[in-house]
Amino acid sequence: MNVKRLIAGAFVALTVFFGFAATVSAQERVGQPKDGGLWLIESANEQAAKVSEFNEALLILITVITVFVFALMFWVMFRYREKANPTPSKTSHNTFIEFVWTVVPIGILVGIGFWSIPLLYYQDVVPETEFAIRVTGNQWNWTYNYPDHDGIEFTSVVVDDATHADPAKRQAAEKSLSDFLGRPAHFNARLLDTDNRLVVPVDTKIKVLLTASDVIHAWTVPSFGVKLDAVPGRLNETWFEVDEVGTYYGQCSELCGKDHAYMPIAVEVVSKEEFARWVEQAKAEYADAGTVAFGR
Amino acid sequence: MAHADPTGWKRWVYSTNHKDIGVMYLWFAFIAGMIGFTMSGLIRAELAQPGVTVLPAIFNMTEDQARHMFNVLTTGHGLIMVFFMVMPALIGGFGNYFVPLMIGAPDMAFPRMNNISFWLMPPAFILLLLSTFVEGNPGAAGFGGGWTAYAPLSTSGHTGPSMDLAIFSLHVAGASSIMGAINYITTIFNMRAPGMTIHKMPLFAWSVLITAFLLVLSLPVLAGAITMLLTDRNFGTTFFDPAGGGDPILYQHLFWFFGHPEVYIMILPAFGIVSHIISTFSKKPIFGYLGMAYAMAAIGFIGFVVWAHHMYTVGLDVDTKAYFVAATMVIAVPTGVKIFSWIATMWGGSIRFTVPMLYAIAFILLFTVGGVTGVVLSNAGADIVLHDTYYVVAHFHYVLSLGAVFAIFAGMYYWMGKMSGKQYPEFLAQIQFWFTFIGVNMIFFPQHFLGLQGMPRRYVDYTDAHAYWNKISSYGYMVTLVGVLLFIVVMAVTLSRKKTVADNQWGEGATTLEWTLSSPPPFHQFNELPRIK
Repeated sequence: MNVKRLIAGAFVALTVFFGFAATVSAQERVGQPKDGGLWLIESANEQAAKVSEFNEALLILITVITVFVFALMFWVMFRYREKANPTPSKTSHNTFIEFVWTVVPIGILVGIGFWSIPLLYYQDVVPETEFAIRVTGNQWNWTYNYPDHDGIEFTSVVVDDATHADPAKRQAAEKSLSDFLGRPAHFNARLLDTDNRLVVPVDTKIKVLLTASDVIHAWTVPSFGVKLDAVPGRLNETWFEVDEVGTYYGQCSELCGKDHAYMPIAVEVVSKEEFARWVEQAKAEYADAGTVAFGR
Repeated sequence: MAHADPTGWKRWVYSTNHKDIGVMYLWFAFIAGMIGFTMSGLIRAELAQPGVTVLPAIFNMTEDQARHMFNVLTTGHGLIMVFFMVMPALIGGFGNYFVPLMIGAPDMAFPRMNNISFWLMPPAFILLLLSTFVEGNPGAAGFGGGWTAYAPLSTSGHTGPSMDLAIFSLHVAGASSIMGAINYITTIFNMRAPGMTIHKMPLFAWSVLITAFLLVLSLPVLAGAITMLLTDRNFGTTFFDPAGGGDPILYQHLFWFFGHPEVYIMILPAFGIVSHIISTFSKKPIFGYLGMAYAMAAIGFIGFVVWAHHMYTVGLDVDTKAYFVAATMVIAVPTGVKIFSWIATMWGGSIRFTVPMLYAIAFILLFTVGGVTGVVLSNAGADIVLHDTYYVVAHFHYVLSLGAVFAIFAGMYYWMGKMSGKQYPEFLAQIQFWFTFIGVNMIFFPQHFLGLQGMPRRYVDYTDAHAYWNKISSYGYMVTLVGVLLFIVVMAVTLSRKKTVADNQWGEGATTLEWTLSSPPPFHQFNELPRIK
């Protein structure tokens, strides 16, 4: 992972150095899957980077184990085929080897545990955060509320295929999104883009309070390393902090009915100044809408 | 023998004969499996390319209806494969046929209960199929809430009678399984041939015994959970409704307290079958017999204390998650013992690569792949990005579709000669194996990549960036389809042949009692009990 981040960092540095940052929105990070991709989606923060590192270590470990088992099996299949070994041995016990293949896996698992458990506590224990957002899952969209910013509240709905396909409709929808964000924005992917995006500042610890108004949903952004169920009647909390300005995508990850595949999550991460400006703009239009299923 | 052999329809409908009932279970599993496999074909066809196009074209419906239909298909596929294909084949089919033979018993302990155990299955299956034709949501047929049927999607989320039929279906199938389990426990504890102590019992009988205990302990919990769903839906209770002081998460705890042992219910008999095949075709006794038996017992026991690893993202307390991480990883130890013991059984053997042996070896290799991804998923820290993605789908299909189902294929080829007296065509069966092996790997290996790239499960449509591996996966289905059709051909060819199979067709490696009988075995066997030295 560090290598990838290093390369990504070098790329960003070079871009800035050569002054290609003319159109900001075109240069910003987009956190979304890549076609034919083999690995985890690139991380946008420490949380996801830690998951990624852990996953890569596990991948190496399980690959070694699998290759070992396969190699052993193929060797046995070759060496002890009927032709090569017509008289079978009668061995059916060996206490030492049985001891070894019990104890060695225990050792490996304990080793994994020493990495896994601290990671779990790091993810799960919410640190001191600067502000909270309330996220409510509905069939089939997400309502976002900023209780620490005068209760700005809006709903984020998928951009449907018809809008994506029709240039005129698409332009109108991108214009409306740009107006909402107060900066130029465009769509990146079918089924990932939404009419409004959740807007958060970069380098800021943010608490997410999650609930649902009807059935269970799950709020997920893979590049943030965050996934948590939105459960009716419960208030779940998690947190995230993003290192880089950009647009990041996720999708509902708990079966919630017919349009489960049509309630994506789009997060616009902006600079702190930009965020302050957006809050003022959004307050005028969205503050205290008072429609959230989960009351304030 | 007190009565003549019954003939005609009475032989089957009134049957109290464990072999006839076993054969009926196998046919039942075959029919259900074909329906479940067709459903997965529709799923893969829809997912072969982005956009919702295939289901609307096939069923002449709107895209909106197709989205619901897709969920009905994934739900049906899951329920059918678990309750009406794998369980009837491994436990009802091979269990009924071979447990009494292996332990030297004349029949099951409760032959009439055995009859009702089987005959409850067709009505249960019909109820489930009916549920896909009646209203689930207003204006849409079938229940589309997943095989897990999480509340509130299964209560207020699906108001039509479809879910009620599915609940009844599971009640009936559950009653059938509980009676079957009681029968196995009683038979194995009381009807072993003289001299066959529990520590001399064949491993398949061990595996069915442990499975039966898991069934008896876990199914009543499922029955309770779905009964609460039923009363929440119809009689105004609020077990899972927060508005009345209930909690949707309670359902998940109850479901997975059943659901996790359930996955071992599906895989333990497979372990048993694979052990016999590996030993037979290596011409060696199983390596570390006691370790193998108690590894299964350990897996069965630990299986009851790991259920919440299916619920890492529901918002459990962090200490709870830490416990479930640790407990879950422990399962890898007895599983590792089994994998290594199988290889050690082959070590020093004289190995013949017949079709059942190929399936058994493929089982070991692919179960290892599914096992190691299970270790990844057991870590809540990594599961946070993998939960409910295709990585999970790939994992459990590696252990079930390529694990349990491969064991069913292996068992069919291993015992077909014994059950029918007819020999399967070896060359055609080898081709069948390779198509199936390549096909299922092509379906499921790319799904690991999809999961890592964040594609959530149970999605009727996906963003264009997930197109490539979905396409490969759907091609894999077509290869598998050839394998499945070939299986039908192989079985048809086999059944059309003459009865030529010797008592012990596999030679010196096959040491269990079923190979001392004729092929097929007499209608009633062991009128004089065999004595085990």
